[in-house]
This record gives sequence, structure tokens and C-alpha cells, in this order.
Amino acid sequence: MTTLRPELRTIADWIAPGSRVLDLGCGEGTLLAHLRRERQVDGYGLEIDPAKIVRAIDNGINVIQSDLDVGLSEFEDASFDYVVMTQTLQAVHYPDRLLEDMLRVGREGVITFPNFGHWRCRLQLLGGHMPVTASLPHTWYNTPNIHLCTLRDFEELCAEKGFAILERTVADQAHRSTLAMRLLPNLMGEVALYRLRSG
Amino acid sequence: MPDTLPADSVGLVTPHKLVFDEPLALDCGRTLPAYELVYETYGELNAERTNAVLICHALSGDHHAAGYHRLDDRKPGWWETCIGPGKPIDTNHFHVVCLNNLGGCKGSTGPMSINPETGKPYGPDFPIVTVRDWVRSQARLAERLGIERWAAVIGGSLGGMQALQWAIDFPERLRHAVVIAAAPKLSAQNIGFNEVARQAIMSDPDFHDGRYYEHGTLPRRGLALARMLGHITYLSDEAMRAKFGRELREGKLNFGFDVEFQVESYLRYQGQSFVEKFDANTYLLMTKALDYFDPAADYDNDLARALARARAEFMVMSFTSDWRFAPSRSREIVKALVDSRKAVSYAEIEAHHGHDAFLMPIPDYLATFAAYMTRVREGRP
Repeated sequence: MTTLRPELRTIADWIAPGSRVLDLGCGEGTLLAHLRRERQVDGYGLEIDPAKIVRAIDNGINVIQSDLDVGLSEFEDASFDYVVMTQTLQAVHYPDRLLEDMLRVGREGVITFPNFGHWRCRLQLLGGHMPVTASLPHTWYNTPNIHLCTLRDFEELCAEKGFAILERTVADQAHRSTLAMRLLPNLMGEVALYRLRSG
Repeated sequence: MPDTLPADSVGLVTPHKLVFDEPLALDCGRTLPAYELVYETYGELNAERTNAVLICHALSGDHHAAGYHRLDDRKPGWWETCIGPGKPIDTNHFHVVCLNNLGGCKGSTGPMSINPETGKPYGPDFPIVTVRDWVRSQARLAERLGIERWAAVIGGSLGGMQALQWAIDFPERLRHAVVIAAAPKLSAQNIGFNEVARQAIMSDPDFHDGRYYEHGTLPRRGLALARMLGHITYLSDEAMRAKFGRELREGKLNFGFDVEFQVESYLRYQGQSFVEKFDANTYLLMTKALDYFDPAADYDNDLARALARARAEFMVMSFTSDWRFAPSRSREIVKALVDSRKAVSYAEIEAHHGHDAFLMPIPDYLATFAAYMTRVREGRP
């Protein structure tokens, strides 16, 4: 199993022990395996890539092959304590609808995404190029990231949809959080982490 | 004809038979006073008896799931793709049991067996058996074999339905259920196809109301038609197009009703060869078992409630081009399992083969299956 991405540690801190978790775009199941060990959670991961599904099964995860662009209609309202989605929001076709669905299915939602408002992105745009950074490593023509946003954009959407932001953290790739990031999150944060609840 | 069998085969195997004298009460209200079950096993049972897996067969399957009966057998068992050393159901680790179900025609008690009350073959008098009846008889087989708890019960299509029923009816007696290309119950379309197949058999003049053994006939045309129809539902449009297209046998149209297109030739061959190895009364029974399967019916038609009893962990697999039991049918099972908070994994395998894909060596399928079986083997959650 790959080593835990630093952001996954923050997420683990947010998840109450023994809860029921749905992980959207779970990949090889790294987060769920960690949460099961550290937080005794149970739940499922949703993944679309067959190779990752095989590895998730290897990792002992309950993984359900699903296309997030189809939505979560097969899951009942409030059937999970948390619906988690790490670094996937920017790659789905309907982020707004999926967020609504997450907060319908889960009591709370935990979302992380690369902040497009980070100064490196802004600088590269000023230089006339689509940003390519450590958190956004793809070039414009082969990127799966079709719905990038900044912290401000995301929070505007939350306000519009009536989602309550319970917690927010920004960090860099190594998941350090500096004073500058806390003061100017939309400029200095590379990765955004949110804990949300509907209304 | 090879002198040696493939290294990844279980090799030469011999069927066994057990006699059960304790009467078996059936769902239809009738009782089988005694019956025999024929079965095969592959791989060693460990000392703790914890590595046994049960393979449940589909409509036309039997107990010969893997290996060869004789060195000159043209074909191995029906699930050779998935059972053997190094294969997903790895016989280096698992003790595999596969039986011919009651009502079958390959050695277990069925319509061709002698009815003790009349001294003649049961024929059409053999009681209609259900998936639940099968599972009950399989549970008795497990007892006789000294297997208190299966590591897994595994099946494709109608076999997957048995795995599901096992998890509901005997929750403590299996650790895992692997349900492949199945459905929680048949659709009207599924039942419709089965009914046409039955009508094909029953309207054959050689059927004699099912007493064809006594008349020295076989409803060849009817059974062949039933098989031809079935075969179309096992393949996808794409698979048939790839295999036959509109290819003509003689390269030209003959303006007649003899075989012209390759697909006609293939279907006729499939139908005719099936008649030599399968019994029409059994075919009728198997289609009825399919039609009647509906485990939710006992629980207010709520599959999640039916499955709430289950203690097993589940692996559900479907195939994109399967239209007989489409992926959406497997997802109904997955949804019910999620709603009842069961451990379940689900893979929708990209495959063009149609329903028959569960018998095919599709790399994603084998990799997913093998990964899950490794989990079963290691007893990991």
C-alpha cells in the first residue's frame, strides 16, 4: 500500500471513531484502510478504474464500481455519517450536483481539492500559461481536472447551496500549514480541505 | 488429443455419489423420500476444514466444473477458466466442491431417476425444485462432508442465485458469497424467454407429456429449439456480430430455408449437440427454478430485509454486455446489501461476450476474482 497522503491524516482527525463512511473515488482504498485501522470505521469506497478496484480488494476494502458522474442515487438519504471525496471534485462532470448528493447521503461531507487560486497558479496564468504544479501536474490537454476552482469559488457555491462549512484547512503538498496560509488561504494554500453539512 | 493435461488444470477427476435417506421436504409441498447427489472435489481439505468452497452450477451446468474425466476428453469441466492451481479459485489453497443439483440429469436424483413409488423414471412427476430446495440439499451435503462453514459459496447466473440464497438461509454457514452475473429475481422478459423454451419442448410431438423415456423417443426438436433460444440470450449482439456477422456458409444466398448464414449453422449445431447430453425434463425444471427465484418475496418484497439476516461478506460481479442479467440487476443486489449494511464489493467487468462472459478468461474478471479469493483465503475482512 502506498504511504498515506498527508491530507488523509487531517481527514482522519475529523472522522469520529466507529462511524460509517462512503469514500468517493477511493482509488486503492488507502484512506478507508487507514480509517478502519485508526478510527474503526466501516463503509465503502466507490471507484471506476478496474485496476484500482483490484488493488482496493487486495487492501481489504469494500469497493463498489461506480461512475460518480451518474450520481449517488443508489444510496439512501442520511445513510452514512460521512461522505468523503479527496482530490476528485475537480474531475467530475457535475461538482455542484455531486456535492448536493454527498450531503444528502452523508450527515457530513469531507472534501479536498487543489486550490486553483494558489499563487503559483496565478503566476503561471499571468505568464500566459495554464498552471502545471505539484498538485496539478497535468498539462491542459491531458488533464482529468475539468472543474477547477479556488477557495473563494467553492465557498460561494456552498453559500449559494446553503451548505454550512464546519471546518476548513489549507495546506501545502507536504501538508504543512504555515501562518501565511492561515492569513491568506486562497493565495497560499495548495490544497483545500473542508468539512460540510447541508443547511 | 494431448497426452498430458495442462499444468494449470486440476487434472483427472472422478465424481463421487452420496445417498441421502432422510426425506427432503420441498417448497412445492411434496417430499423426496430419498435422493442421491453426485459431486466432485478438487484440492485438499485442510485439517481445520476451513478452506472448502461450494460451486453452484447454472441452468445447464453440472458437478464437473474442472479437470478431465479421461485423458481423451475433448473438453475440461465447465469452469476450467476459474478453477485450478493458480486460478482465481486456486486449488492449491481451496478445497472445491461442486455438485449436480437435484432435478439434474448428470447423476443426481432427477426426472431420469427411478421413482420408488412406481418403479419407473419420474419423468414429469419429478417435483418442481426451487433454489431454496437446492440450498437445503447442498447444506446436507456439507454436513455429510464435514464442512460446517464454507469459506465461500460461489456461482454464476443461476449459480449466483444459489450463493445469495445460501447467505440468507444459512447465514452462519458461509464466510463469503460470490455472486456473478446474477439477478435478485427474473424479469418478465427473462420469464418470457423461459416460457418460449418450455413451449418449444412441450409442443414437440416426441415429448409425450414428459414420458418420452417410456415411448423410446426424445423431444429433440423442442429441446434443440430451447437451447438455440437460450444461446442467443447468452451472447451479446456485439459478440454475435464479431463471431458470425452476416457471413454465409456457401458464400451466396440460396433463396431457401436451409442453413445459409453461419449463425444459423452455429445455433443448429449448439441445439443438436445439446440434445445428446441434456434431458428435456431437467431443462424444464431448471427454467422453473429460475422463474420462481425471489428471495425477497418472503420479506415483504424487500431484498434488503431478506439480506439483513446474512453474515457473509459479498463479492458481486456483472458484465457490461450481459443483457440476460444486466449489470443493473447486480446493482439491485449491491444496493440491498449496502442498505442492510453488509460488506460488499462490486465490479462491473467490461466485456463484449454477453451473459456467457462469466465462463470466459477475461483478464479484468480473473484479476478481480483472484484478488477477492485471496481475501477469502487469508480470512481478512
